[in-house]
Amino acid sequence: MALVAVLQILQSAGARDFGFETWRPTLYAYALWSVCLCAGQVITRGEQGKRVLFVLPAALFVLSMVVFPLIFGLGIAFSNWNLSSPDGRQFNGLGNLRQMWADPFYWNALKNMVWYVLAILPEYAVAFGLALLLNAEIRGRKFFRVAFLLPLMLSPVAVSWMIGKSMMEVRFGPLARLARELGWQSPSFFGSPEIARATMMLMDAWTFIPFMMIMILAGLQAIPKELQEAARVDGGSGWRSFWEVTFPLMLPVSITAILIRVIFKLKLADIVINVTSGGPGGATDTVTSFIFREYRDRSNVGYGTLLAMVYLVIIVIAMTILMKLADRWMRPRY
Amino acid sequence: MSTQIFHDGEADRTFRAKWWSGRLLIYAVLILWAAICLFPIYWTATTSFKMAPDVMKGNMVPFLDYTPKWLGWKSLGLSPDTIWTESTVREEFLRRFWNSTVTALASSALAVALGSCAAYGLSRFSYRFGFMKNSDISFFFLSQLILPPVVLALPFLVLYKALGLLDTTIGLILLYTLTVLPIVIWIMRDQFAGIPTELEEAALVDGLSIWGAFLTIVMPVALPGMVAAFILSLVLTWNEYFFAALLTSTNAKTLPVMVASQTGSQGISWWSMAALSFAAILPLIVIGIVLERYIIKGMAAGAVK
Repeated sequence: MALVAVLQILQSAGARDFGFETWRPTLYAYALWSVCLCAGQVITRGEQGKRVLFVLPAALFVLSMVVFPLIFGLGIAFSNWNLSSPDGRQFNGLGNLRQMWADPFYWNALKNMVWYVLAILPEYAVAFGLALLLNAEIRGRKFFRVAFLLPLMLSPVAVSWMIGKSMMEVRFGPLARLARELGWQSPSFFGSPEIARATMMLMDAWTFIPFMMIMILAGLQAIPKELQEAARVDGGSGWRSFWEVTFPLMLPVSITAILIRVIFKLKLADIVINVTSGGPGGATDTVTSFIFREYRDRSNVGYGTLLAMVYLVIIVIAMTILMKLADRWMRPRY
Repeated sequence: MSTQIFHDGEADRTFRAKWWSGRLLIYAVLILWAAICLFPIYWTATTSFKMAPDVMKGNMVPFLDYTPKWLGWKSLGLSPDTIWTESTVREEFLRRFWNSTVTALASSALAVALGSCAAYGLSRFSYRFGFMKNSDISFFFLSQLILPPVVLALPFLVLYKALGLLDTTIGLILLYTLTVLPIVIWIMRDQFAGIPTELEEAALVDGLSIWGAFLTIVMPVALPGMVAAFILSLVLTWNEYFFAALLTSTNAKTLPVMVASQTGSQGISWWSMAALSFAAILPLIVIGIVLERYIIKGMAAGAVK
């Protein structure tokens, strides 16, 4: 057993010492080491090892695909590395950080993210309403469920063309015509910053409302029927029984749905890149789309990575606070 | 006083009127939202059969407003009269379609395989890796959800370049597996937790090993959950754009990247874009209609504990 351990350490050390020039052997070495580790577990620890084998492959996979790139990313975040220039990687210490501090577009993108995340609350309200309707006794429930689900299935890129480019076309897009009918003379959906941002929020909402709706629907269907009937017998009106029985019961599900939605929202990029590419004046930029453009235009890997790392730190802090809050908010009711 | 029995009282009548108006309102809202959901798809499908003047006039109903033409599909090489002739666009489209299919299927399968095993292990046995216990390992996997893809994107770009994995399908498959793995683990952990342990205990008594019990006894029971996780991964990986746009260029380019690169070009020909977009979303629409049950099951898995 000790022998296997030593062998493993040697191999892992070997894997790490191959140097930065030849990466491919490192990959093979890592794969080999992983297989050896798995086999070693089974051989040396028998039954216990077989149990470990369930989790180990996935853990090793995630370790190599997340933790290692993260550490590597931390390394390149403090360097000036233009992939298209011949100079290669140059360490510039805190230079990137200083550049970020002075970069108004990055802070602007972060500020936009706050707006985007806040848009989740109205989305949640709509999703809840739709879930309630779907949970009511209606005919053709299957049809409505499929229809409501479809937007989630479509690729954001196709959606950004279908809605953002085609249906919102100023001259003949059906949405523009509808807006004209309603009295908006020049329906340019991406003209002013506020309107453009609202439009992007709406498009994103269109795609993701089904997601929250289905989670809430699942929660609604898990509520025992007797509870609602009891509330009705007690003489509460529909409105009151909703606020006093259904809504509190739905609180855990709602919070889960909102938290997951926040996570997805923080990754929002596809439709922004494809419809407005951040414009006008960065009003619709998300952090992801900003870094994407930053890389595409200047191909500076180092700076982009630093921005992403800072974003990650902010997200982790924000999510931790959010989860703590959600936890505390949920507890006294149970 | 027989009339009293057959005629409704005042209270009954108002109640029924209220009930009917309530019904009407419910259906009105439902139909309105269904229209909001379906109209863009309808618009794209019909636009792919339009000619330039029809697009400009904003005609909407085929056969009444305008006569459908195969224009959009012809430019893709997929209309009835061009399907048997040579077409570079069609070749390009089919290659992208194939790339997307392979990438999505392989990464979903890999993620479900890795994720199911991990989820099963985590729901049945208790581990200790150094300081990490079961809940820590679970958290380690699930916390990947929070990680925004942009953090990994640029390091991966550099690493893949060094590894020679840039612009290869395998590289993309590995990355996509990573992105859907936490979701699979989340769904499957829920699934396995719902299966009684007596099943495996009986199997173990019968002389099966742990893995034997998992493969022959537990997996068939958990199959619906695995299908749900697989379908959900399939949808996510098929639609993925961000990584594909960064990490692929000519060989491994997927369908969303092709669609996106067409939208960027100047002088858009609406009909061909509509045809392309529609072709890109059609598989998902079919999956959505046929396998809706599984998708909802998958998404609901985490909601109700």
